[in-house]
Amino acid sequence: METIVLKGRGIVKGRAMGEALVSPKPISFYGDVDPESGVIVARDHPLKGASIAGKVLIFPRGRGSTVGSYIIYRLKKSGKAPAAIVNEETEPIIAAGCVVAEIPLVDRLDRSPIKAVSTGDLVEVDGYHGIVKVIRKEA
Amino acid sequence: MYLTKEEERALSGEYGAALQKAYEILVALGEVMDAERLVPIKSAQIAGVSYKNIGDAGLELLNDFASMGAKVKVLSTLNPAGMDLERWREMGIEEKFARKQLEIIQAFRRMGVRTTCTCTPYLIGNKPEFGSHVAWSESSAVAFANSILGARTNREGGISALAAAVAGKTPLMGFHLPENRAPKIEVQVKVVVDSVMKASLLGYVVGELSSGEVPLVKGRICASIECLKAFSAAAATSGGLALFHIEGVTAEALKRKKITTTHKERVQVDEEEMRQCLERLSARGEVDLVAIGCPHCTLEEILEMARALKGRRVRRDCRFWVFTSREVYSKAAEKGYVKIIEEAGGIVFSDTCMVVAPLDSLGIKRVATNSAKAAHYVPSTIGAEAVLTETASCIEMALG
Repeated sequence: METIVLKGRGIVKGRAMGEALVSPKPISFYGDVDPESGVIVARDHPLKGASIAGKVLIFPRGRGSTVGSYIIYRLKKSGKAPAAIVNEETEPIIAAGCVVAEIPLVDRLDRSPIKAVSTGDLVEVDGYHGIVKVIRKEA
Repeated sequence: MYLTKEEERALSGEYGAALQKAYEILVALGEVMDAERLVPIKSAQIAGVSYKNIGDAGLELLNDFASMGAKVKVLSTLNPAGMDLERWREMGIEEKFARKQLEIIQAFRRMGVRTTCTCTPYLIGNKPEFGSHVAWSESSAVAFANSILGARTNREGGISALAAAVAGKTPLMGFHLPENRAPKIEVQVKVVVDSVMKASLLGYVVGELSSGEVPLVKGRICASIECLKAFSAAAATSGGLALFHIEGVTAEALKRKKITTTHKERVQVDEEEMRQCLERLSARGEVDLVAIGCPHCTLEEILEMARALKGRRVRRDCRFWVFTSREVYSKAAEKGYVKIIEEAGGIVFSDTCMVVAPLDSLGIKRVATNSAKAAHYVPSTIGAEAVLTETASCIEMALG
């Protein structure tokens, strides 16, 4: 096992641990994610069919409608929200959603989390200090 | 981000959970966008109202926030809802949708929001003064507030506008800062723009040409409220413009003796450009709905329609729908304009519009409108083709 530590900016406080789900593409929670099941439903998304529930969801940034913030809240209430979110550079839709849903959010890491983390890695997110600890799965 | 002692206390929860949540939202957004501090606001205009838009997710959040004891600190109004809050049956809205929509309005009311649902808050008393900071959401209202009124607002989401209303503050960034309000591209208009439809079409073209930069528009452009709100809505739709300047017309262009662009980039709009844009936005053929009121009609626009419809009759196979705010509706009803339009077979709806109401199940095939914004959206929202044409011609199409 190999552990790497990425340092960045904590936007929403809280700590969480989970399996990484890494999306190379931006995500619009409105439209891309089913609010009831937490499954990515966008037809052209590389993670189509994957569940974000309980995962540490890593993607470049949010996109699309501001209704996405409400969807993040809904996911939390239905128990299908990600445990934490890590962005390259976050934006207001994801930030507002994470605050209301109380999901730790970190961005601006010293290395791109899209490249440094692989789906399936175990990841610990510290939203207080902006630290992402990655425990690599066996190669 | 710098916070005052008082703001720190609110953030730590000393003044209750609701205010704490509002501050958490504003601080997170401020951090994300590298704002230096918060700034007090004079008013809010809150999006995320239509049940069609925010669904159960939004309803739940608003109910929870209201139950936490959230109360707005500044004058706050709402974006259009998914239906006329009283005459929804006449729009073909289902009972279940109506119940959920009314619950959303009730949640806002509990928080002290003035539940006028309109994209034209500046026509009904939510009209900020020059230079004042506000937190508005609706894209056309944001463009109008920044450009025509010279108020200062970013384009807020429903949640950030509500948080700003509850805290009475917003992060100081973007269009709140004078340095981000200067024009960067000059648009010379070579056509005479003398009607609402033309102003709307020009707004759409300018939005596309500006590629996200603040434009300075020069030309002969109709400066009535009706033309300027149409221009604002279209420019925000095609190019996401939150601020534009029109020489000799808009607030900051009038205030400063000389307004110039910081960059040398210049573009032109001529007859051909306008024609091509109209071609792209507009279909041809007989319509089964005429929809006027995107953005919501002023009293003068309703009067114009009443005059044209007086003593005449809308075709049986065509709907004639006018959209406005409840306040303007009341005035139009008082003056007898509503009666004239409805005797002719039209309906004047309040609180909603053709873009946010769930009209996709009505089987409408083609819609005539004088709004480039509506023409842009109805193919996806109603699933109908749009015919973009002058107001008078819209009316003629309904009469057959």
